[in-house]
This record gives sequence, C-alpha cells and structure tokens, in this order.
Amino acid sequence: MNDFLLRINGSEMRVRAPGDESLLSVLRNRLHLTGTKYGCGEGQCAACTVLIDGQPQRSCLTQVSSVAHARITTIEGLESSGALSPVQQAFLEEEAFQCGYCTPGMVLAATALLREHPHPSEPEIVKGMDGNVCRCGTYPRIVAAVKRAAELQSKGDASHAG
Amino acid sequence: MPVNEIRERVHWFELDRRDFLKLCGGGLLVVLGGGTGLSQEAGHGFREHELPKEVSAWVHIDEDGRVTIFTGKVEIGQNIRTSLAQLVAEELRVPFDSITAVMGDTDLTPWDMGTFGSRSTPTMGPQLRTMASTARQMLVETAAQRWKADPATLVAADGRVTNPKSRQSLTYGEITHGEKLTQTVSGDPPLTPAIDWKIAGKPHFKVDGRDFVTGKHQYPSDIVRQEMMFGKMLRPSGFNATLASLDTSAVEKLPGVKVVRDGEFVGVAADDAFIAEQALAAIQAKWDVPAQISNKELFDYLRNNPERENGRPQPSSESESVSQAMASADVKLDQQYTVQYIAHAPLEPRAAVAEWNGDNLTVWTGTQRPFAVRDELAETFRISPTKVRVIMPDMGSAYGGKHTGECAVEAARLAKAAGKPVKLVWTREEEFTWAYLRPAGWIEIRSGVRRDGTLVAWEHHNYNSGPSAIDTPYSVAAKLTEFHPTKSPLRQGSYRGLAATANHFARESHMDELAHALNMDPLEFRMKNLNDPRLCAVFQAAAEKFGWGKTKPAAGHGFGIAGGVEKGGYVATCAEVEVNSAKKVRLRRVVQAWESGAIVNPNGLRNQTMGAAVQAIGGALFEAIEFRDGRILNPHFAQYRVPRFSDMPEVEIVLIDRKDLPSAGAGETGIVGLAPAVGNAIFAATGMRLREMPMAAGGEVKS
Repeated sequence: MNDFLLRINGSEMRVRAPGDESLLSVLRNRLHLTGTKYGCGEGQCAACTVLIDGQPQRSCLTQVSSVAHARITTIEGLESSGALSPVQQAFLEEEAFQCGYCTPGMVLAATALLREHPHPSEPEIVKGMDGNVCRCGTYPRIVAAVKRAAELQSKGDASHAG
Repeated sequence: MPVNEIRERVHWFELDRRDFLKLCGGGLLVVLGGGTGLSQEAGHGFREHELPKEVSAWVHIDEDGRVTIFTGKVEIGQNIRTSLAQLVAEELRVPFDSITAVMGDTDLTPWDMGTFGSRSTPTMGPQLRTMASTARQMLVETAAQRWKADPATLVAADGRVTNPKSRQSLTYGEITHGEKLTQTVSGDPPLTPAIDWKIAGKPHFKVDGRDFVTGKHQYPSDIVRQEMMFGKMLRPSGFNATLASLDTSAVEKLPGVKVVRDGEFVGVAADDAFIAEQALAAIQAKWDVPAQISNKELFDYLRNNPERENGRPQPSSESESVSQAMASADVKLDQQYTVQYIAHAPLEPRAAVAEWNGDNLTVWTGTQRPFAVRDELAETFRISPTKVRVIMPDMGSAYGGKHTGECAVEAARLAKAAGKPVKLVWTREEEFTWAYLRPAGWIEIRSGVRRDGTLVAWEHHNYNSGPSAIDTPYSVAAKLTEFHPTKSPLRQGSYRGLAATANHFARESHMDELAHALNMDPLEFRMKNLNDPRLCAVFQAAAEKFGWGKTKPAAGHGFGIAGGVEKGGYVATCAEVEVNSAKKVRLRRVVQAWESGAIVNPNGLRNQTMGAAVQAIGGALFEAIEFRDGRILNPHFAQYRVPRFSDMPEVEIVLIDRKDLPSAGAGETGIVGLAPAVGNAIFAATGMRLREMPMAAGGEVKS
C-alpha cells in the first residue's frame, strides 16, 4: 500500500492503494467516483475511458502509480459551474444512449476527439470512437451527437471570442 | 415458453439439498422454471399473485401535486420509465415532469413476473392508464362533492380540477392532501383514445437523461453500503466439473479476507476489491472436467438429442396434407439453416450488493425479474419472501440475458458469512461463461410453389432454438410447423426476440430463394402470398424509402429484403451490402420500417428500432460462442466481436403510427429482419446463398 495524491477533476485527492491497482478500481472502489464504468477490464470496450493529461486512456489498464503526477479527468469533472460540456449537451440533445452505461466513456472519448479534430469528418469520428462499444446499438446517434458537439463547441468559442 | 426459461439452478447449497424435500412438502417452494412465461399475458396476475385493484398500489399524489407511480417492471435502456410516465400523465391530466416512477422494488411495487416478452407497453401501459383514469375520476368526484357540483361539468387538466362555471379550482394535491387514493378499480374505466393524446404519442426525452451524461446515475454495480466488502467467486475450470481438491490456506492468512466454502460454492470477501482479487488468485483448486462436445459436433448433437425420447412426432394429418400439396408444386425446395449460440454481453455485467439485517436480506441487483430473484433468494436461504427485498436500480442493459439471480445469491451467501454487506460484480469473462446464451438451433424448411408464385406447401422444423415466430405469416393452404426441444450442451435461455431471429432468418432466406428460383422479384413474391395488411404496409414503407426496384446496385453490391411479425410488432428491413474481391462483406445501408400500433414515444421507439437493427448486425455476420470440452474459448471482447462504429451502415428508420390500434411492445422484434435481409443482399451481390448465422464469422463469406 502506498499513499497517492491524485489530481482528479481539478481537485487533489489523497488515496491509499497498492501501486499496481488499476486507476479504474481506485476511482470506483476507493474514491467512489462511480461514473467511470467497468465493462471488460482489458481495454476492449472503453467504458472506463478517462482523460490523462487530456488524452483518452483505458483506466482499467492504467496502474494508479503511473498517474500520480498527471491531470485526471473523469465524467464527473466535465460540467463547469453546473453547465454541461458541449459533448454532454449534444449527447443529451441527440439522446445518444439507451441504457447509458457506455455513455461516460463515449463522452470522454468524444471530448478528446474534438480537441484533436474540432470539426471531425465522419470517418474521423468512426476512427476516433471505434474502440468504444455501445451494446444497445446507438452508434448512429452517437455520431450525430459528436457532430452536434462540434457545432456547439465552435459556437461557444465564437461567443467567447466575441 | 418453457424452452426460454432457465431450468438449471447454478447453486445448490449443502443446506438446501438436505432440506429440499422438506421444503417442497412445506409448500414454500416457488417454482422458477418451466411454464412461467405465459403468466401475465392477459394483464392479470399469476397463481397466488393477483394484481392489486387499489389505485394506491399504483399511483400516489402528494400534497404538492407530485405524482409517484409504482410498477414491478424495470428500466434497462428500453425507456419505459419515460413512456409509462407519458401514458400516466396523459390519463391523469398532469404535466409529464410531475411524475416519478418507482420501478422493480419488491417492497414498494406490485408483484410482477418480469420485464421481458415486449409486455411492458401492452400490459403495464393499460394497467397504469386504468389506475390513472380511475384516480382522475376520483379527484373530479371529490371536488364535485366539495363544491356541490355535477362532476360531469368539471374539467381535469394540468394537475387541477376546475369548475368552469364558478371558476373554482383546486390542485390535485389540495384535493388529496397527500392521502392514499383509496378507490378500487372495477370494470373498465374509459381510457383516452390515442387520437386525442397530448402527452403520450409525442417525442419525449429519456427521464433523468442528464444523470446519464454526467455519470451521476447509479447502476447496480455502483451501489455502495457502509462497511461494504468486495466479493469474488471461484469458478470451475469447465462446465459440469467436480472439485477434486481445494487449498485455501494461503488465503486464510490474508488480513481482512473471509473465505466461504459451502459444497462446491467457494468465494471470498475482502475489505477492498484489489485484495479480493489477490485472494481469489491465491486459492489452489483442481477440477475434473469431463470431455464435452464442441461447435463442430453441435448441430449433429441438436438433431440427435431430443429433450424427451420419441421426440420425433408420428406422421400427422398436417404432414400428410403437406406431402400431397408438395406433389402438386412446380418448384420444390428443401434447405437447412443453423444459428450458433451467442452471448447477450450487456455492457454492465451481473452485479449485486447484498446486505443482511438479522434475518432480513436486501439485495440491489441488475435483473429483469426482481420478484423471481427475491423468491430465488428466499428459497436458497430458507426464509420467507417477505424478509427479502430486491431493488433494481436502472441497469446497464440485459437484452433478455438477466432473468436469473445467480449473482444476487452469491453476494448474499458471501455477505451472510462475512457479516457485512458484500458487493459482487462479475467479470466480463464470468459474464460470457457463467451466464446463459441464446440457444443455438438447427432449422429445416421444405416448401413447394406453383410457377405463378403461389405458395402451396410449407414445412418448418426448429430444433432447440425455439418456437417464437415459427408460424409463417404467408398464406399457404398446407403447412406444418414444429418446434423440437432438444438437450443443450451449453446453458441457454431468453434473448431479445427469442427464436424469432432464427426462424425469420430461415424463413425469409428461404422465401428469397424461392423467389429467385421462380425468377420473381423477392418483394413481389412476398406480396403475392401475403394477406396481412399490416405486414404488407411495412414491406411497402421500407421498399419505398429504400428505393426497391427503382435503382440497380453498383458492381459488387447487392440489395436484400426481409420482414415479419412477432409480439404485435411488424418489421420490414432492406439492406445493401458490398462484397469485395477478397469476399469481405460490408453492410452499406439499412432501411427498417416498423409498426406496433399507436406510438407512445416516437423518440424512444426510433432509438429502440435502430438499436435492434444495429445489434442484429453482430448475430447476422460475426457473433458466435466457440466452445470445447466445457469451456468457452472466446469469453472476451478481444475474441468475441460485437458491432462497433466501423461496422455501421447508413441506417434509416420509418415509423408507422397506427393510432387506431393498441400499442404493442417494441423492444424485441426490430432485431429479426436484418439477418435475412443481409443474407439475401449477399446472394444478390455474389450468388452465394448463406444459411448459417453468423454468415461471415471471419469477416469473409464462404460458400
């Protein structure tokens, strides 16, 4: 067991855990940040996606010791002052989910994708999101939501600029 | 439908075996198996479970006018939390947002058989509408008494009763003061016809949608209790294994770990999830696994192992008339079709948190049948069902795969031994291996047609996969359809649409083959033999949107069409595929038309219908469980391929709203049209007729 000071969603959180425990397990079982989901434990479904220094990572394959000095963003950290992020807003408006279990991972993967490609083409969306599984089959709506998020984001940027 | 219920119990604790007969004799045993599927079809209870007639059991209005509805149905992504609230808001005349639904809590909601069979909309819908309508009448009558007015002159709208003459007005909360609605329903109170709906019938967003995009929603696997421990189960190294040796000495020494052994039930509970995993890994166990069959022998096995001896029926009058009709046919066809076992693979695996308080047990768990799981727990621990509470937080889906209570039983057994609440979440590998599968099947179809395209003889036999939608919707004078239950080498059970997918794949592929044999257009051939106007309408709607018969496919592309009806839902699917020179299949475009009576929530229905078509791509093209000697060989997403973004065609959904017809369920039947439409399109593109699901297991089609 080691003590870690993790920087999660802008806050510092102290946690005692074995260094080789997965970040997913630490988030869910020690910090009760249960928005990050277990789907397979082997990096194949991406339900556990979090952002590590802005990059999408599978938290189930990430050892907690390896992110001790990183900025970690989970689904709980995307709202700012009670307002949904453009990606969250777009998923809601397109209702791009059914059971919603894959949604946190999808939202974070899409957030990272839009940082890389602010105006992604459909093939870029498919390529960027292909590691994320939605077993309910809402993929077409998720693609629509990512496109809508890109629009919301560029509108937001424009209004900030103005 | 007994075949689709789970007959094998996973856990028989030592205790139970000894006392099993005593239990049966005492009349406490609640039968979970055979024959349970038909119970609530007519909208009433089952055996001792009469549904309450008191409005208060279903609807409550508090002082502030907030409405709570209670139903034993559960929300698993099919969106009935939203659509049932729309129906109640409509009948009660209250704003949609004023309604909260309590669902699937065995202490709070009326008994329910379970959420399956597309029954929520056709049975729970009218049930709750009836209660809401009765409540509304009661509110109007109470206000009328208070005002000494004629109830017929009063208006109920927007959560208020108003007297238009005197301009008096009271909110529902002011009328009830939060008291129970003591009225009992008798007869059939009038329900608002769909044509007059203002809240139902309109698109609504999913209730609590915001909680799903912010991670706030708590699924069963997210539940946390004070002092909760984490469980892990030791699994046999194969099916039908016996425990040869067990050494837990290394684990007993670990601090904060409790080892639980009860017969062949072996598990651990630990203070933290990481140590629970390490403890499980430190257990030394040897299992004897008997030799068992593999995929290679599967279909021979199904044909040769009837569930009951003499399973093959004697020649009947039907089979004689089919033989005679066949003799008069110009074209005859005799083909066989197969479907493999597939897994539901809900993204949230089975999960349960169990907490004992003396003899009282509470379990939060993901299940489609909370009351059945309650009874399973009561039976296992030999306590009265009244001492068990099962709570089902809206879960990470199921698709028919979570009818059973294994995980709840395991968590409860561990918690009982540990003396603290225990959470158990199955791993993906456990979910693939120790849950249950969609049945595999062998299907034979023999048919005869006249040269003008008239179907004259039809014989359809299904071995093991199930009887759902086995009857053909096409008009044919001489027909014989038969389901042959067989033994199954793997544990099998319910699945979205049950055997309707397999039977539609066989029938609609066969119809396509007949059309080509007659040199007729596949749609024209179907229409010639169809008398069901609703099925004709979805075929026409899909064909029109797709442009069937209007455009020619590009080189290497092919168009296919298929459709059918099951559980009151009518579906037709058109597909365009591309097969390249390496025989790789790519689904390019899908148009699916759907009709299930009056639409309650077009937004939710569109989502369900599209999701069903997308999920169907897996079973059609690549999903298959591989097994050998009692082991699943591909129990991971790396090996068991499910549909992903890159598999997506362009998908268009056409909804037909029949406000003149009762609303049917829509969670399942949307899955049945895609596989045969794709198979027929592959034939059109390549001339290769594929009769095995999945059709392109390795990515390529093979003849």
